[in-house]
Amino acid sequence: MNMPVIQVEDLTKLYGDLCAVDNVSFDVTQGATCGLLGGNGAGKTTTLSMLLGLLLPTSGGIRVLGEDMLKNRYRVLARMNFSSPYVDLPHRLTVQENLSVYARLYGLKERQRRIQRLAEELDIAAFLKRAYGNLSAGQKTRVGLAKALLNEPDLLLLDEPTASLDPDTADRMRSYLNAYKLRTGATILLASHNMLEVERLCSDVIMMRTGKLVDRGTPAELLARYGQENLEEVFLDIARDRQREGVGATA
Amino acid sequence: MSAVVHPFSPARIYAMVLRYIYLLRRSWPRVLELAYWPTMQMILWGFITQFMLSTSTWLAQASGVLLAGVLLWDVMFRGQLGVSTVFFEEMYSRNLGHLFASPLRPYELVCALLTISLIRTLIGVGGAALLAIPLYHYSIFSMGLPLLAFFVNLLVMGWSIGLLVSGLVLRYGLGAENLAWVAIFAVAPVSGIYYPISVLPDWLRVIADLLPASYVFEGMRAVMFEHTFRTDLFTRAVGLNVLYLGFGIAVFLGVFRAARRRGLLINVGE
Repeated sequence: MNMPVIQVEDLTKLYGDLCAVDNVSFDVTQGATCGLLGGNGAGKTTTLSMLLGLLLPTSGGIRVLGEDMLKNRYRVLARMNFSSPYVDLPHRLTVQENLSVYARLYGLKERQRRIQRLAEELDIAAFLKRAYGNLSAGQKTRVGLAKALLNEPDLLLLDEPTASLDPDTADRMRSYLNAYKLRTGATILLASHNMLEVERLCSDVIMMRTGKLVDRGTPAELLARYGQENLEEVFLDIARDRQREGVGATA
Repeated sequence: MSAVVHPFSPARIYAMVLRYIYLLRRSWPRVLELAYWPTMQMILWGFITQFMLSTSTWLAQASGVLLAGVLLWDVMFRGQLGVSTVFFEEMYSRNLGHLFASPLRPYELVCALLTISLIRTLIGVGGAALLAIPLYHYSIFSMGLPLLAFFVNLLVMGWSIGLLVSGLVLRYGLGAENLAWVAIFAVAPVSGIYYPISVLPDWLRVIADLLPASYVFEGMRAVMFEHTFRTDLFTRAVGLNVLYLGFGIAVFLGVFRAARRRGLLINVGE
């Protein structure tokens, strides 16, 4: 059996009276692509932020790649990476300069070769010399993915990775991520609102609502459990707290 | 298995310095702005000096004292701005999340900010100091080695204030960024830039005694009027600067940890 790359135990994040993440526990095994689904305010981004150590939990534990993230995050940060539409790169620097700075921060040896290769694979080579701030939203998303893949991470955390991409580019990015996972054995945790994306990429899905983990399973298990034909309907059932046939209310 | 990651990496500091150099290179207005205010101040105080030389016997003894004062004051001001405004760039670009999800340590960012502050101060004040030579026949470099001692002490005091301001802006948001432009002026009247500390009322002298800058400017006048380097003043300035820099770094790192608790590294805003 594959080792868990992410182990989250009783994770809670409070902002004053507001409970953003409420006693959540889950694990993700090596090589899995796990989808984190939920509506706005479900706690997905907060959970990803805590996994990265950008946000300290109020209580609970997180182990990533075998290390306690509250004590030893610097032992594993070089082996993980992330992309998120909520975090940006410096606008005045060119794409090449931005990637070069991050390649140095991650201690890469053959920086230019790595950047060039990613640029070709993610189709950003044409605007490597352009200021990041002058790119379209879709181009920025691809550059964000390139930055996330610079260090060839063992764990990739992706927050809405294909947001603002056109369907063709989004499809190619999904294929790329799938191929990357198969080639490197990396683990991917993916927060998304795009159900097609989750169905296509994820072997495992965690459903969240108002900070709580409300269900979990493979896409096929969730479809069967909710008696639906696609994950979008399952998502709506959970978001609207509809009764599960024969199962009762969601947890 | 965990990779070996060095807790202090000059390569990561260099990466961040490079990031700030890229930013300077990409924006000529930023480079011009670095030299603009020190040069304007120098020109203004050069004319004031020329006018007052005919009326002031005090100034006649050391004609460059006002110019030296304004140039050294700008070392402290540029040193502070070099830390705080450069840190704000990360907040403007919402880049802190990416930076601190990488192996970069907060204290490595501090080292990079101090390094780029030194570079920006040398560009800004260095240009004005060189321009004073043909314009007013005054070279601050004629002070010799004591100039280095004054420069370092004022730069370090600027860094301390810059780190405090950066910490406050990280904590309270970019709405507080004007602190970067006004904070240092709170200490200007009691630093004795253009006049001896002895002119201050007793209660203000107590405050002046707590500032490294006041010892530096007293030391500068000792060099210019008495041709003596006062090691007692130098030692006090260094001692206080060690305390202030330690305090500035501690506050910045403390606020950084609080920012991780409050989610400010991702939700940077006003």
